[in-house]
Amino acid sequence: MDQFTLNLLFVGASFALYIGIAVWARAGSTAEFYAAGRGVHPVTNGMATAADWMSAASFISMAGLIAFTGYDNSSFLMGWTGGYVLLALLLAPYLRKFGKFTVSEFIGDRFYSKSARMVAVICLLVASITYVIGQMQGVGIAFGRFLEIDAFWGLLIGSCVVFAYAVFGGMKGVTYTQVAQYCVLITAYTIPAVFISLQLTGNPIPALGLFGEHTASGEPLLAKLDQIVTDLGFAEYTAAHGSTINMVLFTLSLMIGTAGLPHVIMRFFTVPKVSDARWSAGWTLVFIALLYLTAPAVGAMARLNISELMWPNGTDGEAVSVQQIETDPEYAWMETWQKTGLLGWEDKNGDGKIQYYNDANADLQAKAEANGWAGNELTNFNRDILVLANPEIASLPGWVIGLVAAGGLAAALSTAAGLLLAISSAVSHDLLKGQLTPNMSEKSELLAARISMAAAIVVAVILGLNPPGFAAQTVALAFGLAAASIFPALMMGIFSTRINNYGAVAGMLAGLVVTLLYIFLHKGWFFIPDTNSFTDADPLLGPIKSTSFGAIGAAVNFLVAYVVAGMTKETPQEIKDLVQSVRIPRGSGAAVEGH
Amino acid sequence: MSQDDENNAYWSANVRLIMINLAIWALVSFGFGIVLRPLLSGISVGGTDLGFWFAQQGSILVFLALIFFYAWRMNKLDQEHGVDEE
Repeated sequence: MDQFTLNLLFVGASFALYIGIAVWARAGSTAEFYAAGRGVHPVTNGMATAADWMSAASFISMAGLIAFTGYDNSSFLMGWTGGYVLLALLLAPYLRKFGKFTVSEFIGDRFYSKSARMVAVICLLVASITYVIGQMQGVGIAFGRFLEIDAFWGLLIGSCVVFAYAVFGGMKGVTYTQVAQYCVLITAYTIPAVFISLQLTGNPIPALGLFGEHTASGEPLLAKLDQIVTDLGFAEYTAAHGSTINMVLFTLSLMIGTAGLPHVIMRFFTVPKVSDARWSAGWTLVFIALLYLTAPAVGAMARLNISELMWPNGTDGEAVSVQQIETDPEYAWMETWQKTGLLGWEDKNGDGKIQYYNDANADLQAKAEANGWAGNELTNFNRDILVLANPEIASLPGWVIGLVAAGGLAAALSTAAGLLLAISSAVSHDLLKGQLTPNMSEKSELLAARISMAAAIVVAVILGLNPPGFAAQTVALAFGLAAASIFPALMMGIFSTRINNYGAVAGMLAGLVVTLLYIFLHKGWFFIPDTNSFTDADPLLGPIKSTSFGAIGAAVNFLVAYVVAGMTKETPQEIKDLVQSVRIPRGSGAAVEGH
Repeated sequence: MSQDDENNAYWSANVRLIMINLAIWALVSFGFGIVLRPLLSGISVGGTDLGFWFAQQGSILVFLALIFFYAWRMNKLDQEHGVDEE
């Protein structure tokens, strides 16, 4: 059976499974649509949240970004896990006690203001749509690869599949489907990593293999990798190169953003008790950590494999020849990925060999001159293909490649579905039913929810045609926006009785606007290319890149809220009582539908 | 103690616990993983230093321990202060 059929088989079988579950658990009422009737066990909820949370960014993109940068991109690892500590300690139990369905309902009630609720909805929509763009990028790449077509067509086909999939059920359908998706994605991520770790280090646990010994050379794996990449003129893998301030702020933005993402927070409304909300956050992180502890090993080992494939005779020997790439089955992945337009090479000096090195490095320029090289000839290597191409790079069996394709799609789909649910509930539940047409029937509410899903996909595809970065970077921007707007309002709502309606609204608006401005100034207005005034290589504020600005946006939010609240009327007594009751677990009933 | 006093005592105990946990959270990630990494450069782990391990794996393991510790401790606090869910 050829690889194409095998991929189709794995992807098809996994889809049949998800759709089967979604149909079986189809949502009946509005309450079921949003919150699955609250009968979800913390471990099950943790697994579903992990699938919901780990998206194309974690599965497809992150290890690739780590592979090509090394230590400097550790921010993704710490940031996207550390946020769960904030969530478990500062938000989840209290929001569960509050007992409504959506994040904006809490903000609307706590800050006794319809405008606060509207502003929360807007913040949520901006962050979620940016997030969906990143997912669509991942979907496009995965579909492009397994259908062997250009990533652009992959994106269009993928968006139709995501839409068809997301309108099927509400969260109940989604919860059990996501458990299945978690199982598929974690298997798909782990199996190739285990094989590769065995090949390179003899250790079956990739997380340990990363710090183990490279069997072929007898040196520690990371020392060997450091030596190879520096030989080729690239920055040392394990060393720090970027600005420390930027790295701290970037990590912090990802952490705060995690705790401010509506589709993740929503999952903690679905556990039966307040104490379960605390456990649930822990279980979610357990299931996430299984992938996140493996990811740095995947990145480092793939980087080593790629370097060795391009220099089969060692970095001092001859580079790989064009003929070998075209005929040797070990290099077949290069031909396949070339079709997606995401990988490219060019024999610039016409010596029949492909030299891969850093042509911006002075030492290597000297070496290139001496050897007649005419620049780096591996001209295009999109970071986002690394994880999907990884089993092929390591010459693993065909079924592993098919499994990884299915896993990548599971990751992108589960998150896209969760986000679309958050977007649709924001529009239909908060905006239409909560504000504009309070008397609408359940049926028209569900219809409105589905129409807004479709609209969100269309917007994401249009903006996703010119993405502002690799998938994980686009997603990082979404986290910055959530960090600057939603998280501070939620935290102040629980931990301070001083913050009133004016403070919260002013804070959220200030945080959102300042962060959005900073992003647009660096990434282009609405991500349209060439409309940016600055670049992340040379940012407006010293070393602070647009992906790191969320932490500053959050600080602005806190500050503005305190100043404005100090100048305006005190919070009324009944709201202070509400805050007191949210802090105490006793008396947490089932959630009620609010308007 | 009245239930109101009990509730206030519960809340300050909770806030104290949160502060301790967040201090450790920041120490392992922003501290050992980033800012304090040069201080740990003498301790070598698998071809690199301890700071690299904290940045790529260690902090994640500590985060897990923190969340489970907090959940366990809070469930006990809930009961001690009579605010647990019946």
